[in-house]
Amino acid sequence: MRGDHLGVGIVSYGVYIPRYRIKVDEIARVWGEVEDVARSLNVYEKAVPDLDEDTATIAVEAARNAISRADLDPRRIGAIYTGSESHPYAVKPTGTIVGEAIGCSHSHTVADMEFACKAGTAAIQACLGLVRSGMIDLGLAIGADVSQGAPGDALEYTAAAGGAAYVVGSKDLIAEIEGTYSFTTDTPDFWRREGMPYPEHGGRFTGEPAYFKHVTSAAKGLMEILGRGPEDYDYAVFHQPNGKFPVRVAAKLGFKKEQIAPGLVVPLIGNTYSGSTLIGLAATLDQAKPGESIFVTSFGSGAGSDAFSIRVTERIDDIRDRAPSVRDYIAIAEYIDYARYAKHKGKLRL
Amino acid sequence: MRAVSIIGVGCTRFGERWDSSLRDLVVETGIAAIEDAGVTGETIDALYVGNMSGGRFVEQEHIGALIADYAGLSSLHIPSTRVEAACASGGLALREAFLAVASGYADIVIAAGVEKMTDVSSGVAADALAAAADREWECFFGATFPALYAMIARLHMRKYGTTREQLAQVAVKNHHHGHMNPIAQYHTEISVEDVMNSPLVADPLRVLDCSPITDGAAAVVLAPSEIASRYSDTPIRILASAQASDSLALHDRRDITTLDSTVHAAKRAFSQARLTPEEIDVAEVHDCFTIGEILAIEDLGFFPKGEGGIATEEGRTSIGGDVAVNTSGGLKACGHPVGATGIKQACEIVLQLRGEAGKRQVDEAEIGLTHNVGGSGGTALVHILSR
Repeated sequence: MRGDHLGVGIVSYGVYIPRYRIKVDEIARVWGEVEDVARSLNVYEKAVPDLDEDTATIAVEAARNAISRADLDPRRIGAIYTGSESHPYAVKPTGTIVGEAIGCSHSHTVADMEFACKAGTAAIQACLGLVRSGMIDLGLAIGADVSQGAPGDALEYTAAAGGAAYVVGSKDLIAEIEGTYSFTTDTPDFWRREGMPYPEHGGRFTGEPAYFKHVTSAAKGLMEILGRGPEDYDYAVFHQPNGKFPVRVAAKLGFKKEQIAPGLVVPLIGNTYSGSTLIGLAATLDQAKPGESIFVTSFGSGAGSDAFSIRVTERIDDIRDRAPSVRDYIAIAEYIDYARYAKHKGKLRL
Repeated sequence: MRAVSIIGVGCTRFGERWDSSLRDLVVETGIAAIEDAGVTGETIDALYVGNMSGGRFVEQEHIGALIADYAGLSSLHIPSTRVEAACASGGLALREAFLAVASGYADIVIAAGVEKMTDVSSGVAADALAAAADREWECFFGATFPALYAMIARLHMRKYGTTREQLAQVAVKNHHHGHMNPIAQYHTEISVEDVMNSPLVADPLRVLDCSPITDGAAAVVLAPSEIASRYSDTPIRILASAQASDSLALHDRRDITTLDSTVHAAKRAFSQARLTPEEIDVAEVHDCFTIGEILAIEDLGFFPKGEGGIATEEGRTSIGGDVAVNTSGGLKACGHPVGATGIKQACEIVLQLRGEAGKRQVDEAEIGLTHNVGGSGGTALVHILSR
C-alpha cells in the first residue's frame, strides 16, 4: 500500500499511560536473573494497568484526551478503529465502548483491528482512506494494549500498558500526513493462539527477519516514493519493542540519535504494543514546532510495517497544551512490587 | 586399499539461515562442491551425508534419499546413505566415503553434512543435542552438554591448573580466526573480559565458551588419487582416516580429563599417515566448548597432557604458532551445525593446503588434521590431509 500528496492528516491526538510502574530489576530479581536485563534491553521500568484498567478503558482515556485537545464535537466522527492485541473480548468490539463513552453519534462505523504491535497505525491508514474519499468527516484511530508476557518469559520485562488516539481529518490539521507506505509478509515471529493466555515468540527470529527487515523495507519504500532521505526529517519514530531495536534500526537507516530521542519513551514505560509507535509519535508532537517533519515507522509481528511522513502545521501551538502530554503521564509514577504487579495483571489464577 | 584425494569442496555460509531450509542448504553446498570439483552428475557413484537429528530439528528423516533427490541425481539411482554419530556425523560421512573409494567399490563419491537447527526453539534444540549423551544415565538426571563439559573443565582446572582465562583465550583466538572467514557465523572479535563477563551457563563455562546453534551444510568430493589430477590442479590426499569409540556416559570413563576416543583415533591416524603430531601445520579440532579444544590439542598429541591451556595462552595454537588450530573460527566462531561440522573441517583444511584460505592462510601449510567428536567423546574421528 502506498499514498502521497494526501491532503489529509492529524486533527488531534491524545495518550494515556497507567500510573503504576514496575522496575525491570524487580522482575529480574523474582526470576533470579543474574544478567543486567534492564541495561541489555535499555528498558528500566514499564507501565502496569490498575486492577480495573484494560484496553477499552485505556482507549477511552486516550480518545477523550484527543477530543478535548482540539475541542472537537465527537458527533463528527464517522469511524472508530481500535487496534490492539489485547482486546478485552474475543467477540464484542472495543470500539463500541469507546464510541459510547466519548459521545459519538450512532451514525458511525466501528471495527476492532489486530496486527500485533502495529494495528494502531493500520487504523490511521484506514481513516486516511475514508476521510480522503469523503465518506467520513473525522476518523478516530486508536492503538492501545495491556500486553501480556508469560511469567518468567523474556517478554515479561517489556510488555506494558498504554495507548494513543489520533483524530484523522482534512481540515484544521495539526500535522499533514504527506505519505504512507506499508510492507507486509507472512513471517511468524510472535503469535498467540485462540484461548491461550500468553503469546509465544521465535526468540532471536523476532529480530533480523522480522523487526529489522520490515521496518527498514517500509521506511526505505516511503523515502523512495517521496524522494527524501533521513536528513530531510527533524524527528523519527520507530516501533519500540525494547530500547535497543529502535536505536539500531535508526542507525541502520541513517537517522541520528537526536532525531529519535524525543519519541524514545520505551526505557521508561516499556513496550505498549499497539500504543508503542503512536505514543512515540505523540511524545514527538508534544515538542515539534510548526514546519518540522517527522518520519514514523511501526512494526507488527506476523509481520508488517507502516511508514508515514508527517509535517507539523502552525496549529500545533494552539492546541498542544490542552491535554496531558506523554511526559506528564510518565511523570506520574507509582512503583509496585512483583506481587502487586502479579495481582494487577491477573497472573494469579484462583 | 587405494589412495584417496579430495578434488572439490563446498560450504554454505554458517549462521541463522532463516530463509533456507535443510534441502536449500544441501543444494547450495552440493552445487558449490560439484562445481569446484568439475564433475558431472553422471560420474558420481555414491553419496554419504552426515546429519545428526533431522527428525528432531525439521521432522525430516531419510536424509540420504533426500539429498540425492535434491542434488538432481534421483534418476541415476545411486546409493545415498545418511550416517549418524551425533556431532561427529560429518566426520563419519567423510570416513565412509573414504572407505568406499579406498576399497575400490566406488570412484567419485560425495561426502556431505547438513544440519538445520534454528527451526525449533533453543529448548527443543538443546534436548535434541542432549540425545548425544546417555539419555538414561546422564540426561534423566539433569545433565546437559554444557554441564558435562563443565565437569570436565572443573577437573582439568583442578588437576592441571588450567585457568579460567586460558579457557577464555580459546574463544578469543577462535573469534579472531573466524572474523577472517567469510562463511563464519560470527565476525566479531571478543576479549578475555567479554568471555569472563558473559552469562554463566554451567560453572565455569559461560555463554562465550559455548559453540552456537547454527544452520549450515558442507560437502567434499572424493576420487582415487590416481585420477584426481584429472579434476583438480591441487588434489588433497587423505593420508589417514581413523575412528574410535568410548563409553557413551562420561562417568564410565577411565579419566574424564582425557577423551580416550580422541587418543586412540589420533594414534591410528598418525600410524596410517606415518607422521607425528609435530608435523601437523594446521588443524581443525572439536571446540564445542572452550575446554573441548584444550582436551583436543592435548589428546591429539600436540601438547603434553595438562599443558593445553598454557599453550593456548602463549599463542602456540594461533595462526603463526606451532600448529594453527581452528583457522575457520572452529565450532565456536564459525558455528556448529552438528552434522555439517566434520565436513566443514575438511573443507577448511583443503582450502589451507591449497593456499586458498585468504586472510587466515597459514604459511606453507603442507599437512593438516581434522578432529571431530560425537557427544562427550563416545565417538572421535581424525583425518590427516596433505598437499
